[in-house]
Amino acid sequence: MRRRLRKPALALPLVAFVLVSFIAPILLMLARGVHQPVVRDALPETLAILDAWDGLGVPEEAAFAAAAEELRAADEARLAARIGGRVNRVRSGLRTVIVAGARTGADGAGAGSARERLLAADPAWGDPATWRALRTAGERFTLRNYLNALDLDRGADGAVVRQPEERRVYVPLLLRTLGVSAAVTVLCLLLGYPVAHVIARAPARRARWLLLAVLVPFWTSLLVRTTAWIVLLQQRGVINDLLVWLGLVDDAARLTLVYNMTGTLIAMTHVLLPFMVLPIYSVMQGIPPRFMRAAESLGATPAQAFRRVYWPLTLPGVGAGALLVFILAIGYYITPALVGGSGGQLFSNMIAFHMETSLNWGLAAALGGILLAVVGALYVLYERTVGGENLRLG
Amino acid sequence: MKGRRAAALLVVAGWSGTVGGSACGGPPAPGGSLTVVSWGGSYERAVTEAYIRPFAEAHEVAVGIESYNGGLAQVRSQVEVGRVHWDVVDLEAFDALRGCEEGLLEPIPPDFLPPGPDGTPASEDFAEGAISECGVGNVFYSTIYAYNDRLIQGEKPATIEDFFDLERFPGRRGMRRSPLVNLEFALMADGVARDEVYAVLDTPEGRDRAFRKLGTIREQVVWWEAGAQPPQMLADGEVVMSTAYNGRIFNAQALESQPFVIVWDGQLLDFGQKAIVAGTPNLENALEFVRFATSAESTARVSGYIAYGPVRASGLPLVSTHVETGVDMLPHLPTAPENERLSLRMDTAWWTDHLDEMNERFSAWLARSP
Amino acid sequence: MEGRVARAGRALWLAGTGLIFVFLIAPVLVIVPLSFNAEPYFTFTEGMLRLDPEAWSLRWYEQVAFSGEWRGALVNSVVIGLGAALLATALGTLAAIGLTSPGMPARRVVTGLLISPMVIPIVIAAAGMFFFYSDLGLDRTHFGLILAHAALGSPFVVIAVTATLSGYDRNLTRAAESLGAGPLTVFRRIQLPLIAPGVLSGALFAFAVSFDEVVVVLFMGGLDQRTIPRQMWAGIREEISPAILAVATFLIALAVALLIVVERLRKRAR
Repeated sequence: MRRRLRKPALALPLVAFVLVSFIAPILLMLARGVHQPVVRDALPETLAILDAWDGLGVPEEAAFAAAAEELRAADEARLAARIGGRVNRVRSGLRTVIVAGARTGADGAGAGSARERLLAADPAWGDPATWRALRTAGERFTLRNYLNALDLDRGADGAVVRQPEERRVYVPLLLRTLGVSAAVTVLCLLLGYPVAHVIARAPARRARWLLLAVLVPFWTSLLVRTTAWIVLLQQRGVINDLLVWLGLVDDAARLTLVYNMTGTLIAMTHVLLPFMVLPIYSVMQGIPPRFMRAAESLGATPAQAFRRVYWPLTLPGVGAGALLVFILAIGYYITPALVGGSGGQLFSNMIAFHMETSLNWGLAAALGGILLAVVGALYVLYERTVGGENLRLG
Repeated sequence: MKGRRAAALLVVAGWSGTVGGSACGGPPAPGGSLTVVSWGGSYERAVTEAYIRPFAEAHEVAVGIESYNGGLAQVRSQVEVGRVHWDVVDLEAFDALRGCEEGLLEPIPPDFLPPGPDGTPASEDFAEGAISECGVGNVFYSTIYAYNDRLIQGEKPATIEDFFDLERFPGRRGMRRSPLVNLEFALMADGVARDEVYAVLDTPEGRDRAFRKLGTIREQVVWWEAGAQPPQMLADGEVVMSTAYNGRIFNAQALESQPFVIVWDGQLLDFGQKAIVAGTPNLENALEFVRFATSAESTARVSGYIAYGPVRASGLPLVSTHVETGVDMLPHLPTAPENERLSLRMDTAWWTDHLDEMNERFSAWLARSP
Repeated sequence: MEGRVARAGRALWLAGTGLIFVFLIAPVLVIVPLSFNAEPYFTFTEGMLRLDPEAWSLRWYEQVAFSGEWRGALVNSVVIGLGAALLATALGTLAAIGLTSPGMPARRVVTGLLISPMVIPIVIAAAGMFFFYSDLGLDRTHFGLILAHAALGSPFVVIAVTATLSGYDRNLTRAAESLGAGPLTVFRRIQLPLIAPGVLSGALFAFAVSFDEVVVVLFMGGLDQRTIPRQMWAGIREEISPAILAVATFLIALAVALLIVVERLRKRAR
């Protein structure tokens, strides 16, 4: 018994390593999507007063006093702008209001009541909406990021409503990403199936050379392949030059093949094609040619033999390849970022945008959570149909 | 090319300073280290030659140079996460104001700055608004649009309206992936007088109008992020015209003999500022560097490598010729009288207040399918 | 008549599949010759097509070879890649032995967990790692990147070693044990030599993953951790000069070399 247990235990170091170095960072980031303690920790008293407030008129004097005092302290700790940023996400334009409030508080009590001072700093402090935004930003646990990630928001009465039309971005983008992934999968299947077939039927020597055509791109750096597609697809790139030289395209009307969705589709199909070819190829290798010959000798036309015999036999490979390509395509980042321009960006690029540029980390985490759920569901499907341990690497 | 190599050497010096014995050994520089962040490409080459290398040599500081494409995001992120790696950053003026307000930048006392060579105190020597609490201006630069002469036959574009005129001038355009400058260009092209642009932008209708005008050419726009991209896209024929920083276009003309033409009409003039990231462990070196880089001599030296002009009155007489080609630089500066006449000064205060909102709107506008 | 149709169909089929093979290999076919372009353009100049020696040059290779940036990037890539491959291989090999042993509990869940770095979108992982490693003070360090890349590369080691282990005859273990060998001896003298090709190709895969990784480096690395893909990324986003194509050609050569070694190993494993 002890000896039996010893060997499965060998998996433990890697399990622990992956949990700590990979899974824990992801889980902690996802937590940022629902857990936002910064404002609550900096303004505990103000928020306690606001929790009891009905949200209708301007809050009582005590709220102003607490806000002025706590914001002043936050400013000294260099937190005022960060709080302003959080509130600004709830209601645009409040960053400066909060920061101005924090700076006035520092002038001391001599300049009138807290209410007067804050109102002097910015009249927006007299607007109940400012206080409601502050209260919302102060929720320690919130579903707001997930709502926003689904193009929803809470109205003034707390009911869930759809975002105004011009701000509905994420759901269309997710659908677009799914659509692109599906298109890439279909393209890969259309291109990959014949390739796998040719290699599987070729004599061993030639098959090895043909396989190289699949494996060399597979091993070549992703950035190299993406660069290559920019070079090929540019307005003055190789393909356009060739088309102009052949007289198929007018020099003045060169095709726009890159920095748009076309570029993303072409480059992603190329990058993911080996992931389709290899599983199909390995299944085809196991199909004896005599099956087809038998079908044809029994009177089937080649088309029938293909449809009734060959295709069903290759389905496991097709399924494995298609699912793998689809899963990898959904999370694609580098290729769209480099060749996609503004029209060819995918869901991952939006996550990166909120991570790096808008710094709305809570929203980035929520978007990440949604993407992860989609990928997770697809992986479970893959695991059920193909088996996780059957993942092959060419 | 030489400049590029020099930058590389400096970077390697930075390496040995921070990596220590692990990857590439070497003794740390006696004056400590400093990470300077600039705009990449030919501007980075210019400032490296003009003052980064001289500073590194004079003070024996290992200077690492990073490049970025503007914005406060990385600074905010470093301060918020509590890991400050950048020391001195080349910021756009409104970002220096916002960053200061947010406590992301160190205040720099004006009397700390060196007087001009003629003894004029710094506070009088700098152009109005060029020094703020945390930012010290160094160069005037401008966003213009330029076209590739080889790609446009017949009539040539000459005004800001022409940039938005797809009928008379078909072909793709490059624009910065940002609301900055583009909104102003759109309004001027839509017939708003230069001195009314910000008054119109200040109204919701004005902003809608600007976005509507941008929408008319949107399908033909290739968006760029790095300042080095527009000359590249123009040279490759990816676009027929592009908004760009004037200095980049000048260098492509002067150094690579590219057939680019700058259209100064409606040029948007702004100054670049030096700022120090709050909480940097290299504060002393950073302050010393800002002092060095914003002296009249340093700012004038920049003009020897790229067509940006000093923001110090005492720097202007020191501007002479382009180091590599000997071209007289004064007429190529955005502040040359015949160019400045056509310019709009960027309203720093307006963008300080509205950039976040406009960024959000712009990215939503971009992400939605047309 | 029918013969002609069949022949035409066959010709069409050959042309079609031929085109797909061209599509697959086109990037390599284009990058390698263009990296020798004497001009800073990405199209074949007339001189190049005439095979005029003047139109071909090594100037971009020179530029890269003499650039401290690229040399530094190479050093960083190799240091991080070797570190990550070593760690991933050690842990991954053990895990593969554990996973394939008969008494493994919750095999599917554990497999899913160990495969996850391959499947989870890299942006999510990189974002998480940015915060996590910053909190630990490991952002902008070689060590942090080695840990991150080891996690990303480990599934490839697990898969490669599992594949060789599936052909492993357990009776060998039992025989050795019955002769008095301890578990370590069994591993060192019997298992390791048999699975060595799988271990090595797993290690190469892990190295290749790290050597090609750019997103985590973008989020976590600094000036001192600029790797080759990071340099290329900056180059592609700013100014694509043929110097990038020279680096790309070098990377293609490296890929071909790795591929040949892995294929040799695979054959030996059979």
